[in-house]
Amino acid sequence: MTQTTTPQLVETDVRLRLFERMVILRRFEKRVYDLFLQGFVKGTSHLSIGQEAIAAGFGEAMRSDDWTFATYRGHAHTLSRGVDMAPVMAELMGRAGGLMAGKGGSMHLTSVEHGMMGSYAIVGAHLPIAVGAAFSAKYRKSGQVAVCFFGDGTTNIGAFHEALNFAAVYRLPVVFVCENNLYMEYTAIHDVTAVEHPAADRAAAYGLERIIVDGNDVSEMYRIAQARLTRARDGYGPSLIEALTYRHNGHSRADPGKYRPDAEVAAWMERDPIPAYRERLEREGVTTQALDAIEERVSIAVDRATESAKASPPPPAEAAYRDVWSDGGWQWRS
Amino acid sequence: MAELSYREAVYRALAQEMERDDRVVFLGEDVARAGGVFKATSGLLERFGPERVIDTPISEQAILGTLMGAAMTGLRPVAEIMYSDFFGVCWDIVANQMAKTRYMTNGQVSMPVVIRSGNGGGLRFGAQHSQSIENWAMAVPGLKVALPSTPHDLIGLFAAAVRDDDPVIFLESKSLYATKDEVVDGEIVEPLGRARVVRSGADATIVTIGAMVYRAKDAAERLSREFGIDCTVIDLRTLVPLDVTTVLSSVAATSRLFTVEENPQLCGWGAEVVSIVVDEGFYTLDGPPVRISTPHIPLPAAAELEDQVIPSVDRVVEIIMKRMD
Ligand SMILES: Cc1ncc(C[n+]2csc(CCOP(=O)(O)OP(=O)(O)O)c2C)c(N)n1
Ligand SMILES: [Mg+2]
Repeated sequence: MTQTTTPQLVETDVRLRLFERMVILRRFEKRVYDLFLQGFVKGTSHLSIGQEAIAAGFGEAMRSDDWTFATYRGHAHTLSRGVDMAPVMAELMGRAGGLMAGKGGSMHLTSVEHGMMGSYAIVGAHLPIAVGAAFSAKYRKSGQVAVCFFGDGTTNIGAFHEALNFAAVYRLPVVFVCENNLYMEYTAIHDVTAVEHPAADRAAAYGLERIIVDGNDVSEMYRIAQARLTRARDGYGPSLIEALTYRHNGHSRADPGKYRPDAEVAAWMERDPIPAYRERLEREGVTTQALDAIEERVSIAVDRATESAKASPPPPAEAAYRDVWSDGGWQWRS
Repeated sequence: MAELSYREAVYRALAQEMERDDRVVFLGEDVARAGGVFKATSGLLERFGPERVIDTPISEQAILGTLMGAAMTGLRPVAEIMYSDFFGVCWDIVANQMAKTRYMTNGQVSMPVVIRSGNGGGLRFGAQHSQSIENWAMAVPGLKVALPSTPHDLIGLFAAAVRDDDPVIFLESKSLYATKDEVVDGEIVEPLGRARVVRSGADATIVTIGAMVYRAKDAAERLSREFGIDCTVIDLRTLVPLDVTTVLSSVAATSRLFTVEENPQLCGWGAEVVSIVVDEGFYTLDGPPVRISTPHIPLPAAAELEDQVIPSVDRVVEIIMKRMD
């Protein structure tokens, strides 16, 4: 069984927004990489360069009160929910003006007011947590949907199985999106997985449809997102989508990704989602000027966000002692 | 006033909070239709319905993940982890996720969850169904830890835990389910972080918690009766927050400190209490603080062996007598 959605054309202005979203993610993360090499972004960072179509498609399709649960590779999913670049950049730099005031860092981006319910750095942990949000939506009859993004490697941890079964048993409004970029950190997924399609081939075990989509095609991502969000909202339970994609960079930091064959990398670079979509829009009659204007606008915004983040001071010492508990403090004795 | 078992108190505690607040839901394995393996939650399903009292698959990560996601989005959920030993299969959600998310998100996320669990030994269940895991929980910043010893405290501390916006690990001593005590009528709420003085005496302070409260108390009665040593017994009731004030002021009066702990010796909560008293109450002490705990071994199953290693009334009496010489 494959998905049964009737393909529908994406309207013009939506197409431009999808394009702009991808450009935002790309340009922002290119800057993050530079800033990492320059020592401004410290610790670690996991980029989604090459995988932007997935975050962009879902970001466009989700309702403003839907929830995103992402992994440590979560910059794109955060920005795609409409979070400002500047506080995200400042968080990556460990500054007071950061999205979490410097207390979370690159791997834990969260903005509850945007429905960005967190980035989780323990593989698999957020699948059952997204199930809990979906449980709450169903219990409160709020019509909200939880969307949970994770990698191919995540399908081999126990929490994946527990979460999928749980969501299916209680027919919860959650959409699981496996971004199959063919690699875990440095190991190819097919070397360590019993089936070819790590997510889709397991869908049947939970009574779910087998769905494989081109994760580098933003309009396809947008359509599948719309269809599956609607289905979840209408009470038909969870979906599991496997989106095929590829990361252009290494796993994290400055990893050159040498464990991947050159020909494979080259073939996927050819399938870069952004130039492909740009060409398509031009073919469909969108003017070069309109697309250039978007690129220009985003480029200025990234510069501004960078300057703003650099101008933000480090967090004050007392920030380390805030918000351990609900009273705002850290005191464990009475 | 009614006589209630510790087991019946679980039902009353859940019912009190579910009646008051429909954001409270309860999930766990075999908890709804079967009423729980300890039969502590029988009747809840009938009273509150299948939307709020939920039988789950054997999926501890999914149970606690669901708890967390639901708490982050407006509910105040409660889960049962059947035996506290099973925290081993879902510790990531507890220690890495629930405990840290408020902090990492700079206070954006609230985590009003309660995880009830049957804790401790005495039932001859062996090493994987008898552990006292309070120290695992206490070691993680961001978790509150409660161990009620009486039916009254079970209801009151549970109510406070449900109303608290932080994650609370709520450890019920499974050897106490059958014990009974008088419980007042009406709503009961007992604040987290306030110890209870079970018995007052001038000669030594015994600090304890959970099932060990009864052994410490019986030992104190015997020490008084047979040896004229009069002990104060303090039931900490919660380990986080820890009521340091009550402990320090008691030690200031008695000048001696003993802890009675069910957990294995290394890094037990008593070590923390002793360290605080030595640091902040050193000049009030007349002798070394002494910890009485289960030795640092897995729990054996056979009755004779289990009884030998978990602190008994005899052992507490003997050690205190010897060390008070
Ligand atoms: C439980 C756990 N095991 C191992 C790791 C270390 N680790 C971080 S990312 C990663 C690879 C995950 O691969 P995948 O799920 O495909 O996601 P991707 O990084 O490709 O987006 C590993 C092994 C971890 N963070 N958590
Ligand atoms: Mg991967």
